Amino acid sequence: MTSPLEIESVEASSAVESAPGATDKPEPKKHEGRSPGQLMWRRFKRDRTGVVSAVIVIVFFVVAALAPLIAKVYGKNPYTLYGQDNPDLLDMFNMPSGGNGGISSEFWFGIEPNLGRDVFTQLLYGMRTSLYTALIATVLMVAMGVVIGIVGGYFGGRVDYWLGRFTDFLLALPSQLFFVAAMPVITTVFVAPDRETPTYIRTLAIIGVMWFLGWMGLSRLLRAVTLTLRDREFVEAAKVAGASPWRIIRKELLPNLVTPILVQGTYLLPSTILNVAFLSYVGVGYVEPTPDWGRMFSIGSGIYEQDPIYMLFPGAAMVIFFVAFNLLGDSVRDAFDPKTGR
Amino acid sequence: MLRFLLRRSSGAILILVLISAFTFFMFFAIPQDPAMLACGKNCSPDALAIIHKNLGLDKPVLVQYWNYMYGIFAGRNFDVGHCSAPCFGVSFNNQQMVWDTIKDRFPLTLSLTAGGLIVFLTGGLSAGLIAAAKRGTWLDKVFSGVSLVMSSFQIYFLGPVVLGIFVYSTGWLSKPKYVPFTEDLAKWFMGLLIPWLVMATIFTANYTRIARSSMIEQLQEEHVRAARAKGMGARYVFMRYAWRGSLIPIATLVGMDIAALLGGGMVTELVFSLNGIGRLARDSVVDKDLPTLMGVMLISAAFILIMNVLVDALYAVIDPRVRLA
Repeated sequence: MTSPLEIESVEASSAVESAPGATDKPEPKKHEGRSPGQLMWRRFKRDRTGVVSAVIVIVFFVVAALAPLIAKVYGKNPYTLYGQDNPDLLDMFNMPSGGNGGISSEFWFGIEPNLGRDVFTQLLYGMRTSLYTALIATVLMVAMGVVIGIVGGYFGGRVDYWLGRFTDFLLALPSQLFFVAAMPVITTVFVAPDRETPTYIRTLAIIGVMWFLGWMGLSRLLRAVTLTLRDREFVEAAKVAGASPWRIIRKELLPNLVTPILVQGTYLLPSTILNVAFLSYVGVGYVEPTPDWGRMFSIGSGIYEQDPIYMLFPGAAMVIFFVAFNLLGDSVRDAFDPKTGR
Repeated sequence: MLRFLLRRSSGAILILVLISAFTFFMFFAIPQDPAMLACGKNCSPDALAIIHKNLGLDKPVLVQYWNYMYGIFAGRNFDVGHCSAPCFGVSFNNQQMVWDTIKDRFPLTLSLTAGGLIVFLTGGLSAGLIAAAKRGTWLDKVFSGVSLVMSSFQIYFLGPVVLGIFVYSTGWLSKPKYVPFTEDLAKWFMGLLIPWLVMATIFTANYTRIARSSMIEQLQEEHVRAARAKGMGARYVFMRYAWRGSLIPIATLVGMDIAALLGGGMVTELVFSLNGIGRLARDSVVDKDLPTLMGVMLISAAFILIMNVLVDALYAVIDPRVRLA
């Protein structure tokens, strides 16, 4: 017999996918069983902190995506050296003149010391680079974790053994060190040493190293969950009915794995954003002139004695973003599993 | 216990060998002359020849790897002199023995880790325990709120802010600087105080969160309720039953953090311009100094594996139900 739980959760998975969007469907009036996804969405909507922080996180992503548009309306871009073109903006030490980091009605968040670029557009474009690089990397990691976890857990045996050993091996690699070490290697594979590395190759390299070392936690978890699901009656029933392994994985297992995948995703995305920022801070991620959130801190830490205001806006944005993201993660976990004591 | 340690250590050594091979071939198997990579964009033929000779690049890669691994256990001879037992090669950059450089840099990283660990463990665990004990009260809300905000700070943001306030604006503290503690204990302490506190602020927040949630989970366990029902004192149950059970996730996190910090808290060292292992690793990447990087990589991986084994052994000490089989 197929458990009613997972018939509904097939639709649930699509409901969950559309859940973070702004469109919330009106709840059906008649009394019928609700899918886990609908239940989660109802619980989530009632959690005011969760909704507010979700809105903040979405606003960050939207603002970052619309960076070019906003910059156009605002009339500046992150590449022009305004301070060099207009000598009044920077003083004799190349610091923003007039104090306060050069904040004015023209330059909302001030201007960058030395080069004299606009901080507001730099931050917008920088967030765009960091957030979307991390988002792509996280999606890839989740996909990889899902595939390896389910394959290992479902098929078991030798496949599982070797996948497990491979996971162990990658878990023992010092990840931050590996990120830093692998970046130049990967870029030299694609680019001759006497050429400048194009930005898209850097992006691919960053996504690649993150992906390579980011999926193990999720795959371990999913493997464990799959192991327990594999012997449940509904999987057995599907097998007896003659379903192919692919169909069982897609229709029987995956819907039951949506919760751990989403919950782990709320952990993975912020840590990936931080890793992208870390790479750029250390100096092997995005380089000039690509604006990047993490690199703003490395610029800032060079000049914080003279111009502490420069780092204020990227820093405050980062704190707000991560507070919102942490709260959102807590709410998502609560909504999925109301038993967790918080 | 001994059998467990032996078995796990042999597994760890196997993984270390694999990591060394992986790192080695990753650098040598790329379709490019590693000496060119080491030499940079404007490489003179002379410099290239020196690096070629030092690396033994005329030999097949497998032989090179064998020589490298052989050197770790038995030492090797280089142009610059003999490199004794744990020989990680000679730096491309300054022709120094990699092992000597690592030994040189390590005390700083160790001091940073040890001091930070003491601060954030005491702070984080006690805050987490208090928050769990007073769950739902204003104290809990304050602790949870503060730790939420603090954990959203990053060292590269908080570090310069703290330096700006306490060093440059007020002048209450001096710029962080490492003085070996064998030389001057007070200077060692004052020199590392800011890095410890900044690092600990962020870690403390994480530990507060994990200690609190893991305590709350434990307090809802059956055996804790049973102990209370038998009439044991609340304080006794709290400390002897719940606290002990909640140590497992904490031990896992401590192990991971110690390993990561000993392998070089790269950001902390860069923010405070301290010359430890992490900065060495960063510089070796920027300068394309492969032997140094290999050395740091292997040492950091070794720390991760050692901590894994230790934490697993610790599980059995914390929870007698865990069998080391």
